[in-house]
Amino acid sequence: MQQLIGELMRTFDLAKSPLRELNEALHRQKDGANEAHWEVLNPRGGHAIAVGIDAPIEVDVRGSVGYYCAGMNKKASVTVHGSAGPGVAENMMSGKVVIKGDASQYAGATGRGGLLVIEGNASSRCGISMKGIDIVVKGNIGHMSAFMAQSGHLVVLGDAGDALGDSIYEAQLFVRGKVKSLGADCIEKEMRPEHHEALSKLLEGAGITDAKPSEFRRYGSARKLYNFNIDNADAY
Amino acid sequence: MSPKIPLTTPRPSATFDDYTLSEIRRASATGIYDIRGGGAKRRVPHFDDLLFLGASVSRYPLEGYREKCSTTVTLGTRFAKKPIELKIPITIAGMSFGALSANAKEALGRGASIAGTSTTTGDGGMTPEERGQSKTLVYQYLPSRYGMNPDDLRKADAIEIVVGQGAKPGGGGMLLGQKISDRVAEMRNLPKGIDQRSACRHPDWTGPDDLEIKILELREITNWEKPIYVKVGGTRPYYDIALAVKAGADVIVLDGMQGGTAATQEVFIEHVGLPTLACIRPAVQSLQDLGMHRKVQLIVSGGIRNGADVAKALALGADAVSIGIAALAALGDNDPALDAEYAKLGTRAGCYDDWHEGRDPAGITTQDPELSKRLDPVRAGRRLANYLKVMTLEVQTIARAAGHNNIHNLEPEDLCALTIEAAAMARVPLAGTSWIPGVNGSGGF
Repeated sequence: MQQLIGELMRTFDLAKSPLRELNEALHRQKDGANEAHWEVLNPRGGHAIAVGIDAPIEVDVRGSVGYYCAGMNKKASVTVHGSAGPGVAENMMSGKVVIKGDASQYAGATGRGGLLVIEGNASSRCGISMKGIDIVVKGNIGHMSAFMAQSGHLVVLGDAGDALGDSIYEAQLFVRGKVKSLGADCIEKEMRPEHHEALSKLLEGAGITDAKPSEFRRYGSARKLYNFNIDNADAY
Repeated sequence: MSPKIPLTTPRPSATFDDYTLSEIRRASATGIYDIRGGGAKRRVPHFDDLLFLGASVSRYPLEGYREKCSTTVTLGTRFAKKPIELKIPITIAGMSFGALSANAKEALGRGASIAGTSTTTGDGGMTPEERGQSKTLVYQYLPSRYGMNPDDLRKADAIEIVVGQGAKPGGGGMLLGQKISDRVAEMRNLPKGIDQRSACRHPDWTGPDDLEIKILELREITNWEKPIYVKVGGTRPYYDIALAVKAGADVIVLDGMQGGTAATQEVFIEHVGLPTLACIRPAVQSLQDLGMHRKVQLIVSGGIRNGADVAKALALGADAVSIGIAALAALGDNDPALDAEYAKLGTRAGCYDDWHEGRDPAGITTQDPELSKRLDPVRAGRRLANYLKVMTLEVQTIARAAGHNNIHNLEPEDLCALTIEAAAMARVPLAGTSWIPGVNGSGGF
């Protein structure tokens, strides 16, 4: 059951209480909530933990989570002290989600705002269909990342897998390591001063001090597939 | 002077008919496949191939206008805390703002609300116009996730996870540049004027096991209040329905190949997917085999035009139906009064299907502000409400004539088929016989 531990901090043990009670309690938190700091114990790879929060609270999840942790998050700051399964922070609107370990497929999928930081590696399709979210991955990312990415930023300190940015729209991708291959209509672009500045802010927001913007290359859309042309059909 | 040799009459080819030849010329000239709106136009076995038997000595009928015949339906009774109650079993299918004008979306909401039924958003998110005018609004959860956000999710009365649709099962959305106006572009977070092709698969799940977890997430976000629908195109209905039930759906929407789309390839519309009639019995069988018929509700769509079609779908085991193309026709789409304008677009009333071009003279499938103004949402909404009420009366007429005081008591035994194909697909006897092809070998009566 929920216990009051110290001032303004509540601990919720998923080994003792069901997921429904946790999410219901988190949904009751509104702007200016007194219970501003939550700790979740024994997540044990469970799905849909801390989804749909709409308040500027802090949530620390002590362990690894399954699918869709912090899905559709608004305003909250959620930290997973472990690894995350598929679709972490999917469709996030705002706030911050930090994964101390690795993240599985579709991290930050369709996210519309906020910051997702993955301190380990992210698997395939990281940032798929992203719509304004900023994602910073300290390790490597898998294939088909930023597929159909519409807007926002994806920053990768390590390497990117095959077909990065396939069918990308206006999202900006920054990779420090190697890119195995670029997807259809994704090209390398010049790093201009405004990109250095934007990247610098993203790194700062993610608490990264040991990487310089000048070490990164920028990738984005060639915009050749925006309007259908039969002679581009072999791009698919 | 040599005798005149009689000429044979010019004979068009059945294989290379006028339409086929025109398509070859069009493809050669443009280098792009034909894109259009609507559903399959080819003739396929359909509800017209079924008849109701009516009542006589072996069954007695109910009095029209006097004896009650219930039409209400409750959707989402399996898990949702707040199931949807509808006065009539005819809902409005998902159609996007983007594909349709804001006035058209508002008209659909108004008409549905007057008639006591639900309407549905589409690819592109929820507009205030349709939320404001729709008493019961189903919010589609699509692969593109355009405009998706938890606030709108919570404003919805139900959530429909779209896996596919009958016009293009396995295909994604398409909205060409002409219709990506400033407002549409902003809602979808896309550059204005691009040819927008949405994904065919969801970005963060694949397959039934993932779907089960996705449904859990959506239920958790909305506190288990909203019914969760799963919409599939007609492909392998027996298995698709079983897997949707296993994944935790409250309601399944099953859309046959006559179901419409805002825009997709002609070759896709006409050559992929099952006719609506062929989908219903395998779907119902699947629910019955799992002991879930009437517990997980089944909504059937694709070519529903009148009360007879509704009654036949219900008799085959559906709980409700959904209409799209018919609803647009009720608003004023393809009206012969606009024939002169259709002629300027190279078509005629009844055939207009270039909805993707955004030049609809009826002001429905357009984002052009001048064309959109032509549709008065109040009057168009009233027309839709009238049409829905007529269809409902027609269903009641048939149900009473078959001796039922509730339209959901219509059953396959009330039906016979006019063709062997329809008998096999609907699993009802060929008229005048007891023969159901594929079910029994008897040729008797």
